[in-house]
Amino acid sequence: MSVARRSLVIGVSLAALAVAPAIALAAGEPFYVTLLTRIMIFAIAALSLDLILGYGGLVSFGHAAYLGIGAYAVGILAFHGITSGPLQFAVAILASAAAAAMIGAVSLRTSGVYFIMITLAFAQMLYFLAESLNIYGGDDGLNITQPSNFGRLVDLGDPATLYYVVLAVLLVLLLLTRQLINSRFGLLVQGVKSNERRMAALGFPTFRYKLAAFILSGTICGLAGALFANLTLFCSPAIMHWTRSGEIMMMVILGGMGSLFGPVLGAALYLLLETLLSGATEHWQAILGPILVLVVLFSRSGFFGMLTGERTTRGRADG
Amino acid sequence: MKSIIAAAAALSLLVAPAVAEQSVKIGFVTTLSGPAGVIGKHMKDASTLALDMLGGKIGGLPATIVYGDDQFKPDVGRQVSEEMLQRDKVDFMTGFIWSNVLLASYQPIIRSGVILIGANAGPHELAGAMCASNYFSASWQNDQTPEAMGKFMNDQKMNDVYLMAPDYAAGKDMVNGFKRYFKGKVAAEVYTKPGQSDYQVEISQIRQAAPKALFIFLPGGMGIQFVKQYAQSGLRDQIPLYSAFTVDETTLPAIGDAAAGNYEVSFWSPDLDNPRNKQFVAAFRAKYHYMPSYYAAQSFDAINMIDAAVKAVKGNLADKQGMIAAIDKADFPSVRGAFKYGPNHFPIENFYLLKIVKDADGEYVRKIQSTIFADHADAYASECKMK
Amino acid sequence: MQDEVAFGGGLLNLLPRPMGAAMTAVLEQLLNGAQFGVMLFLMAAGLTLIFGIMNLINLAHGSLYMAGAYVAAATFAASGSFLLALLAALAAAVALGAAIEIVVFRTLYDREHLDQVLATFGLILFFNELVRMIWGATALYMQVPAFLAGHVELLSGSPYPTYRLAVIGAGLAVALLLHLLIARTRIGMLIRAGASNRAMVDALGVNVTLLYTLVFALGAALAAFAGAMAGPIFTVESGMGESVLILAFVVIVIGGIGSLRGAFVAALLVGIVDAMGRAFLRPLLASFMSHATADNAGPALASMLIYILMAAILLIRPQGLFPPRGR
Repeated sequence: MSVARRSLVIGVSLAALAVAPAIALAAGEPFYVTLLTRIMIFAIAALSLDLILGYGGLVSFGHAAYLGIGAYAVGILAFHGITSGPLQFAVAILASAAAAAMIGAVSLRTSGVYFIMITLAFAQMLYFLAESLNIYGGDDGLNITQPSNFGRLVDLGDPATLYYVVLAVLLVLLLLTRQLINSRFGLLVQGVKSNERRMAALGFPTFRYKLAAFILSGTICGLAGALFANLTLFCSPAIMHWTRSGEIMMMVILGGMGSLFGPVLGAALYLLLETLLSGATEHWQAILGPILVLVVLFSRSGFFGMLTGERTTRGRADG
Repeated sequence: MKSIIAAAAALSLLVAPAVAEQSVKIGFVTTLSGPAGVIGKHMKDASTLALDMLGGKIGGLPATIVYGDDQFKPDVGRQVSEEMLQRDKVDFMTGFIWSNVLLASYQPIIRSGVILIGANAGPHELAGAMCASNYFSASWQNDQTPEAMGKFMNDQKMNDVYLMAPDYAAGKDMVNGFKRYFKGKVAAEVYTKPGQSDYQVEISQIRQAAPKALFIFLPGGMGIQFVKQYAQSGLRDQIPLYSAFTVDETTLPAIGDAAAGNYEVSFWSPDLDNPRNKQFVAAFRAKYHYMPSYYAAQSFDAINMIDAAVKAVKGNLADKQGMIAAIDKADFPSVRGAFKYGPNHFPIENFYLLKIVKDADGEYVRKIQSTIFADHADAYASECKMK
Repeated sequence: MQDEVAFGGGLLNLLPRPMGAAMTAVLEQLLNGAQFGVMLFLMAAGLTLIFGIMNLINLAHGSLYMAGAYVAAATFAASGSFLLALLAALAAAVALGAAIEIVVFRTLYDREHLDQVLATFGLILFFNELVRMIWGATALYMQVPAFLAGHVELLSGSPYPTYRLAVIGAGLAVALLLHLLIARTRIGMLIRAGASNRAMVDALGVNVTLLYTLVFALGAALAAFAGAMAGPIFTVESGMGESVLILAFVVIVIGGIGSLRGAFVAALLVGIVDAMGRAFLRPLLASFMSHATADNAGPALASMLIYILMAAILLIRPQGLFPPRGR
């Protein structure tokens, strides 16, 4: 029963996403295409965090850093006249992987609240680094004059094309991560989350598994950053601000962590609420705030859990 | 796919409102929250007043102004601008206090073809290499005002001056403008965080450097905090403070005595003697019960410029070239008096020395002392290659 | 503090002039750092107690600081009495703190940390908007009280703002009172016991619910006190609590969660490192690299300094400087 409902929720959401741009453009409202693209990009970022937060119990409070690295990779290369899409995305992915490897190698030596704070610390360092890069605009940000160039076939400058590219990336990532969590690696990571000592006693190199998951998560988030740069054609340190890391975490918890599709719904819910409420009243935060509190107090498995009637595998992320 | 698009098209006919009689929509981006919110209030009030005085019509067409809050953040400003272009489908964009917000929002606005009128910020990039035919400044190029202060302090034979400005696009323009006309020794150039509110560390550094004078550019809340803290530290009596865009009608109510007798520079002041300005200041004070600032004056002018442009094309908003040509003539009653546009769409105008004094009601006001520059053009016009 | 400074002044007269000037510069920045540090301590003290005893991550602690600042600024502007403003801020924060503890947090104690983060993040949004609805979106400016306006000549030719000295003094006095409360009183004993072993306090038959509300109100009062004193130094605006909150978290993590002594040491460390970095890093870098590079790298490095400090301390001592015992 539950599986059917789950498929229904996912199917309806994806079908709606597939036809949305046609309707919005026909209605002469390109704004909604941009909004939905933004939602899907944050869905990718939230999905990446869910991989380690929901399945690995690793509360990273610095995920916006990878978003920033991905965006700045596109922005900085474009600034120097290198607009090749494959190259920009390759650099974005490699740079965020490298950063995640270094940050993970250090942070994973700690746990709990100390882990939260040390991931925050690294994100803050990168934030201030971006602020100091005066050649790339520093605090003022960097204009990107043209989107990543993928040849004549795919023009990311066209809102509808960018939309479908992001949708495709999101779908592929959803499928891949689903495979991954059911693989031996995925089960091991979940095992580490529920009882790291036992896994270590059984002879598994738990640190290496956690690090691999951490790097993978950072890399996916970096990819989201490169897409984000193509949407906004602008990047500034604000993309790495700690409140952004907080927002991504909110999306995961709101949607239901440890469910992969939950974070996608969480991103949609968070950004749609923000857009709708801010359009309706200047004091929208006074409404959004209590909604978040109520979600926590009355729903233990996030929005996705409410829709599907399942308790998601939300275990103890011992923060 | 075809049937989907057909269905969508049918749906859109239901959703889209019937084409109403033509109207004008103006997007106004400013800062409405936080320490700079008071600046946004001046701009919002002045633009509302301008539209009221025009009978709610721009060029004879019914008009509305949509206000957006940039929070003094470039990325937010850009997003707000894009929403105004895409969702609200505005015919004009104006406002913009901050150079970095304007620089971030510039590209999508210019590409959309919508006419943009900067009502405050004037970063050098936009006066030079990045100038565009559908962009005008209703204010000044950033360097111009501090140039006037540089000239004044140079003429006073001052030496050993310490410079301080926030670390963002306009901060560097201001320092460069000052140095263009000040030929004495510069003790140091210090850039602080935009939006900073505690300056004790910087004040201690100034004390150690012991310069002969201090020139600052710290608009809005930054200026309120610095000028007050500077007075509390006891340095005000030892090292005189000169400023641009810092001690003005938006900050004086909070600064009070701490800036009495200070000098400022501007292209405009409430006491500027011309009939249009008297009309504006009187109407503004009658409606809002406080003294307008140059931010208000520029916003008031921006709305009137748009009105003149729409009048010139007789309400044909599709005639962008006609409107651009009309604005370029600067043929509207400006509160600064008559002025001309340079080839880069930046004003060629006067700059005055102002002093902070008490008026008849015992309130601190800025009062014109002398004209430093007459018909002063900016330094970047030659770099502008406009099509 | 006063003694130290007087000693410094005496010593300075014996030193050659440039050396003396350099030393006044350092002393003055030390004071700036100490002033920021004691304010961080007031924030961090409540946070670390609440975290240590109730195991609750309270992001809304910054909202109490903001509430204190707003109530103080509004009361001061209306009444002209700084003392009244302080009392009003404390009363408002205690009432607010107790109210949210009873309405929201009691359901959150048994929840995961992530639930607490989401719920208290929701509270932040709500309170930030609430102050905008009550006091407007533009910032408020609080004057320095007349009796603390002006400056004191600490060293000859080197005046220092009286208000800032008063903040340092008040902060140290509160730290001392807090120490006495925790170390010498029965409530303090229960709080200490709660921080190291909650089950034991339960077993003693103490009304834990009441104890929790009390600790929460105490934390709220400390945050509001910091907020009220911060009013004349920073701008009073919506969202002012968050940047301080992050630094307060840095402080309690460096100090060791649940440790008041750790929070005190870490707060002063963070305050002083921050002030020193902002003041001296750029000139220091400029002495061996180009001025343009130093102008660029100096402020950036200064901003990063406390985070580098935290990461380094956690690498050497993963549980902070004063790790909690009994856990």
